[in-house]
Amino acid sequence: MVPISWYLLLAALLFAIGTVGALTRRNGITIFLSIELMLNSVNLTLIAYSRLLGDHTGQLVVLFVLAVAAAEAAVGLALFIAVFRHRRTIDLNRVNLLRW
Amino acid sequence: MIETLVFLVFAGLAVGSALLVVLHRNPVYSTVSLVVTLVSIAVLFVLLGAPFIGALQVLVYTGAIVVLFLFVVMLLNIGREEIAGERSLLQKGAAAAGAGIFLLMGAGLLWRQTSSVTLDELSPELVSLRALAGELFARYLLTFELVGLLLLVAVIAATVLAARTRPGERLSLDRPFAAEVDDEPSRPAAAEER
Repeated sequence: MVPISWYLLLAALLFAIGTVGALTRRNGITIFLSIELMLNSVNLTLIAYSRLLGDHTGQLVVLFVLAVAAAEAAVGLALFIAVFRHRRTIDLNRVNLLRW
Repeated sequence: MIETLVFLVFAGLAVGSALLVVLHRNPVYSTVSLVVTLVSIAVLFVLLGAPFIGALQVLVYTGAIVVLFLFVVMLLNIGREEIAGERSLLQKGAAAAGAGIFLLMGAGLLWRQTSSVTLDELSPELVSLRALAGELFARYLLTFELVGLLLLVAVIAATVLAARTRPGERLSLDRPFAAEVDDEPSRPAAAEER
């Protein structure tokens, strides 16, 4: 039987990879993908603890995270389309209207 | 034994394709390798006694969200990220921060000694979809309804944001293609301006 800490370590690793991606890349789409990766690693943690505690709550929270991620992806991608229409780029170093 | 093998194979696959997501310069490849990551994580969900969530992960994430990503990547026709030469100090710091987060979480894990906890046998109660649904529609009914509302708001917001309108023009659903006409000539001017 696989110890639960392996799952948690894997989730930590995926989260760290997602963090590095979200912080170092400049392409808006790739940053978004990294954020999805981070969301998923947290889901893995929740499911692992749900298994450890024999409780359904973790699985249900994952269900809600899934729905929120879907909403977030829809709105975020629509924003990218709107930005791209004006600036012809989604390089986030050049989309700096709201940056101080 | 076989469980450990499955775990190792899919954990390796998840980490490898996650690295590809972050490191590849072409967003199409990044998106497709995210599919591999998500499916591997779905397998791990099944291994952890959550087959329904695993199926949902494949359906919702790879079936809907990633396809949406691919649509947008191809619609915008984003090429490879231009190599700006030097990595800035900020980016190096960010990479260090990511590594630090991993180390912190790993250290926290070892400190709490979760590795010594032994799992009890997988109970049919945990896997059962009936029990899951019972809890979802009893204790979390309000949350469930609110998530439905959130999705509705997101759909409306995405439609309004992505719809093509000119300044002063109201969003009209009767003539979805009317705004397309003679939109292109304004493009070169906008490009020069930048």
